[in-house]
Amino acid sequence: MTSPAIHAPSALGLGVARAQIELKQFFRERSSVIFNFSFPVIMLFIFGSVFDGDIAPGVSFTQYFTAGMIASGVFMSSFQELAITIAIEREDGTLKRLRGTPMPPAAYFLGKIGMVLVASVAQAAILLGVGAALFGLDLPSEPELWLRFAWIFLLGTVAGTVLGIAYSSLPRSAKSAGAVVSPVLIVLMFISGVYFVYSELPSWMQTVGALFPLKWLAGGMRSIFLPESFAAEEVGDSWQLPETALVLGLWAVVGLVLCLRTFRWMRRDAG
Amino acid sequence: MTAVTALGAHSAAGAAGISVSVRGLVKRYGGTAAVDGLDLEIRTGEVFSLLGPNGAGKTTTTEILEGYRSRDAGEVTVLGQDPAHGGPLWRSRLGIVLQSSPENAELTVQEMVSHFARYYPSPRDADEVIEAVGLDAKRNTRTRALSGGQRRRLDVALGIVGRPELLFLDEPTTGFDPEARHAFWDLVRRLRCDGTTILLTTHYLDEAEQLADRVGIIADGRLLALDTPDHLGGRLAHRARVRWQDGAGAHEEVTEHPTRLVTELAVRHGGEVPGLEVVRPSLEDVYLSLLEKAAKDSGSATTEEGRR
Repeated sequence: MTSPAIHAPSALGLGVARAQIELKQFFRERSSVIFNFSFPVIMLFIFGSVFDGDIAPGVSFTQYFTAGMIASGVFMSSFQELAITIAIEREDGTLKRLRGTPMPPAAYFLGKIGMVLVASVAQAAILLGVGAALFGLDLPSEPELWLRFAWIFLLGTVAGTVLGIAYSSLPRSAKSAGAVVSPVLIVLMFISGVYFVYSELPSWMQTVGALFPLKWLAGGMRSIFLPESFAAEEVGDSWQLPETALVLGLWAVVGLVLCLRTFRWMRRDAG
Repeated sequence: MTAVTALGAHSAAGAAGISVSVRGLVKRYGGTAAVDGLDLEIRTGEVFSLLGPNGAGKTTTTEILEGYRSRDAGEVTVLGQDPAHGGPLWRSRLGIVLQSSPENAELTVQEMVSHFARYYPSPRDADEVIEAVGLDAKRNTRTRALSGGQRRRLDVALGIVGRPELLFLDEPTTGFDPEARHAFWDLVRRLRCDGTTILLTTHYLDEAEQLADRVGIIADGRLLALDTPDHLGGRLAHRARVRWQDGAGAHEEVTEHPTRLVTELAVRHGGEVPGLEVVRPSLEDVYLSLLEKAAKDSGSATTEEGRR
C-alpha cells in the first residue's frame, strides 16, 4: 500500500450526513408531510369546536387536549413514523444495501434521531402556534418552564425513537406496517389523557395507561401549558415530574436494549 | 480496451493472488443444504462468473461471501478476512450490487451517489461514476422517475463509488435493453482493467461468455464445472455440429473432427456443399448439457425454489 493512512469516515459525521438525507427524503414526500403535520391540527379543530366547556376553573378542555396533542405529536413523528418507514426500508432492501457498505450502524440510527428531532420540533411549533392563536393555550414566559419543556420533549422523543426502531421489526411486511403500528398510538391516546381527561378514566384504565410513556408525556406537557393550580386536579394531586422522568427514561432504556438485541438489516424470511 | 483512465487506476490492487477462497462451504435451511460442500477460488483481478439454475445456491453463496449470511461449515476468506467477522474497513474494500434495488424514491441520482461516496475512505469522484454508468443526463432526476434499467445502473454506480477491490454483481443487467447491456459490459471491462476483481452472477450465458475470465457452474449447492468459457465442458466443447443438405434432405452430424467431415463432404459434392453450416457449441449448449448430465448422474433432478 503506497497510499497514505486512510481514515474511515466518523460515525458522527456520517450520522449528520444521514440526517440531512433523511430530512430531504421526508420533506420531499409531500403527501405524507402534509398528513403528518395536519392530522394533529385537524384533531385540535374538531375537539376544540365540539368540547368548549371548562374542566376546572379557568381551564378549558381544549387547553387540556392541546397539551395532549403536543405529546401525541412527539410519538407520531418518532414512534409511528420510524416503525412504519423502517419496516418499509427493511422490506425494500434499503437496509440491506446500507449493511453492505462500511457505514457504521450508529450513523444510521443517529440519522434517524436527527430527522425525528427536526420533524418533532417543527410539529410542536405548529401545534403551539395554532393552540396559542386559536384555542387559548398559554405559552409560558418562565424560562424554567421552557427548560422543563425541553427535557420532557427530548426524553419523549428519544423514547419514541428507540421504541419506533424496535417496533419496526414487528410488522411482517411493509404492507401491514401501517395496520400494525397506527392502532397502538390511537389506543394509547384514548387511555393516556389525550382524548379524555385522564383523572376521569376508570381506575383500571388509568393503571394500564400509566404503564406506557404517552400518559407521562401528556402529563408533563400539561404541567407546562396548564395553570399551576390544575396540578391539584391530576392523579396524586401533583404533576408527578420525577415519576415522568423515571418512566420515560425507563422506556428509553427498554427501547434501546430491544433495538440492540432485535434490529435486523434483512427481512425475517431472509435466513 | 480503451478509456481505462476514466475511472482511475487502483492504488492497492493487492499482490497477485487469491481474493476469494472457499473450501467445503455448507449452508443448510432447515434440513436441506442450499450449499453443499462448495470449493471455489477467485483470483485477484479476474472476472469470475457464477452460473447455475435458480435455487442452485448462487445467491446464498454470494451472500455468505458478502458477509450477509452465516455458514454452517467450511472455510471462507474474502480479501484476507472471514466475512462473518468483517468490519467497516473490510466492507470499504467491497462493492455490492444486490439483486433487487430499493426505492429511495425522493433523492436524486447525484444526491444518492455523492452520499454513498461519503461512506468510503477513498471514493471515486461521484460525477465520474455517474458518467461511467451513463446517467449524466439523469443526474438531477429523482430515482422515482428512473426506468428499471436506469435504476439498475444507479445500483451499479453505488456499488463502485467506493473504489472496491472486489465487486459483487448479482444479475446486474436484468431488464436492460441490448444497448444498455453492451454499455454495461464495457463498464465491467474498464473496471477489470483498473484491477477490480469481479464476481458476476448472471442468468445470461452470453454475458458470462463476453465478460468472464473463468466460469463456475453450480448446481444443487456444488460446483459442477470450472474453467474458462472456451474450455468449459472439456471434450464436449470441442464437438461441432455440421449441417448440410443434399437430394435426400437435411443432414446433421456431431463430430470432434469437423474439418475432416467437411473435406469429405466437399469431395462427395465435388466442390460447394449446399447449406453447409459448422456450429460450435455455445456456452449455453455446454451449460445445458452439463446440467442435464449432472441431473442424470444424481438420479434426481431436484428443482428447489430459489432463496433470496
